[in-house]
Amino acid sequence: MSLSKIKFDKKIVLSFWIILIALIIAAPTILPVFRLNLLGRYLSLSIVALGVDLIWGYTGLLSLGQGIFFALGGYCAAMYLQITSSSEFPNNIPEFFALYGVEKLPFFWEPFRSPVFTFFAIWIIPALVAGLIGFLVFRNRIKGVYFSILTQASLLVFFNFFNGQQKLINGTNGLKTDVTQLFGQMVGSESMQRIFFWITAVLVIAAWFFAKWVVKGRFGNILIGIRDDEPRVRFTGYNPVIFKTIIFSIAGGLAGISGALYTVQSGIVSPQFMTVPFSIEMVIWVAVGGRGTLLGAILGAVFINYAKSLVSEALPASWMFIQGGLFILVVTALPEGVLGWIQGDGPRNLLQRFGLKRKIETYPSLEVNTKEGNNE
Amino acid sequence: MNNKDLLNLIDITVSFEGFLALNKLNLNLKKGELRAVIGPNGAGKTTFLDVITGKVKPTNGEVIFKGKSLVGRKEHKIARLGVGRKFQSPRIFENLTVKENLEISVTTPKSPLNLINKTIKDEQLNEIDRLMKIVNLAQKVDSKAGSLSHGQKQWLEIAMLVGQKPDLMLVDEPVAGLTDEETDLTADLLKSLSGENTVVVIDHDMEFIRRLDSNVSVLNQGTVLCEGTMETIQKDKNVIDVYLGRPGD
Repeated sequence: MSLSKIKFDKKIVLSFWIILIALIIAAPTILPVFRLNLLGRYLSLSIVALGVDLIWGYTGLLSLGQGIFFALGGYCAAMYLQITSSSEFPNNIPEFFALYGVEKLPFFWEPFRSPVFTFFAIWIIPALVAGLIGFLVFRNRIKGVYFSILTQASLLVFFNFFNGQQKLINGTNGLKTDVTQLFGQMVGSESMQRIFFWITAVLVIAAWFFAKWVVKGRFGNILIGIRDDEPRVRFTGYNPVIFKTIIFSIAGGLAGISGALYTVQSGIVSPQFMTVPFSIEMVIWVAVGGRGTLLGAILGAVFINYAKSLVSEALPASWMFIQGGLFILVVTALPEGVLGWIQGDGPRNLLQRFGLKRKIETYPSLEVNTKEGNNE
Repeated sequence: MNNKDLLNLIDITVSFEGFLALNKLNLNLKKGELRAVIGPNGAGKTTFLDVITGKVKPTNGEVIFKGKSLVGRKEHKIARLGVGRKFQSPRIFENLTVKENLEISVTTPKSPLNLINKTIKDEQLNEIDRLMKIVNLAQKVDSKAGSLSHGQKQWLEIAMLVGQKPDLMLVDEPVAGLTDEETDLTADLLKSLSGENTVVVIDHDMEFIRRLDSNVSVLNQGTVLCEGTMETIQKDKNVIDVYLGRPGD
């Protein structure tokens, strides 16, 4: 029997959660500030990975443009922080505007004076942009590799726009958040970073439960149906365009939240969030962790990024090779990803290969009588 | 055409870059009728289903279903109007369980909001139980559909079709790859469905068609060559020429 089907004891589940919550609460005291900050950043990336898993792992839409929505969320957060911290600068507008001779705040900055607006904008704006792009693409029945190329092209359009607009959003330099103030505290300060870490941890868990809720039941089954045989879904009376638009929009919203959390913990948002390699990396995290498992997306994002920083510290030039190798390894040897492999028959097959476990008998009646059959 | 007809195909022409897959095809179906459609390879049988279900837009002609034109409507809208289709090779959702497959088919309304907000209705669960009993899959409720045998997949798809409660069922080669016994059972099942439902069955298998004991339309080169009972068409000279082969061949 595969691992996924084992019913975990309630006590085990409970103790898992107690340990996890204890670790989250204790993390700021156990880890040095630098490591804690890194962990917080990687946890926030796992939220965008959850979105990638929803659209790719479940619905079969391979988007190479999630960086758009990630960056939009980041920009929303950064604009609010910049504008609320600009009272001592000329014209009471963020400092960088002076460099380009801008004296009046561009109109679209105005709503970001409001924390309430910003709170909603962080996830609603990316979700709306994703919904709009998605609807136009899906309505025209663009799918497969054409969809991937289109999302990547959109990413480049957004990158070039944000990169070139110095007078609107500081162009290629991006918006800094670490020296801005939030509730009278510096965003980059140790105490604020600790709070952001906790917020991130809670939101990762919330996003995970939300994603699980989305894919649970009939809605999730339709997503899987669209992934496996979209015309069949149509002929059964469902409109795949609406389902795909909704899930793409949800993934966009998650990416926005992820981007905002990442921005406040890394201290800056810039068009670098919308580069092609970064959006591809998001896909790699999910592929390595395990498509269609949700938990795999979270673990993939956190572990690959942690490995990235550890490897980069030791052997600065080699990470790209390792990441590429990892991706090739997963695609060729573990197409279901690490978690997919564990949940499937992977471990059993490996043990069999080394003679540590007896082969599954072909006849079910015999299988029941073997010891393995009873133990599994 | 009269008002007892459920479906009228009027002068349907489908041209694929000059190749006429259907050529002025006319066909009328009464409510509750069981109709078999046969024809040699390339006669346009599958295109004929594609036109009704909205997958292919006819170059010319009109499809009238329950008094409404279907031409230009999207596939899912046509399905919601009451046209159900079973595909040639079983098209079921292999990564979902038997029950989940049936849930997809019996669920109404088929809107995202209904699916995400609400649990499935009791009457729909009862319907699923009933369907699983009819097609002998009650023991396989929670098995992945991909693990079923070929025959069971065919039957699951028929059950999904019935679960959709369509007024018109289009069944494309339901007995391809089935054993004789399964073929007989399928024929009985389809016969029992007609009366309440209108059923169109497309197949090559003459034994199976004979067992359906229904009116038969013979397609050839994109048009209806002949219509009538099995006996009539077997005596028709044109049909013998193009399809059945001369006795003694």
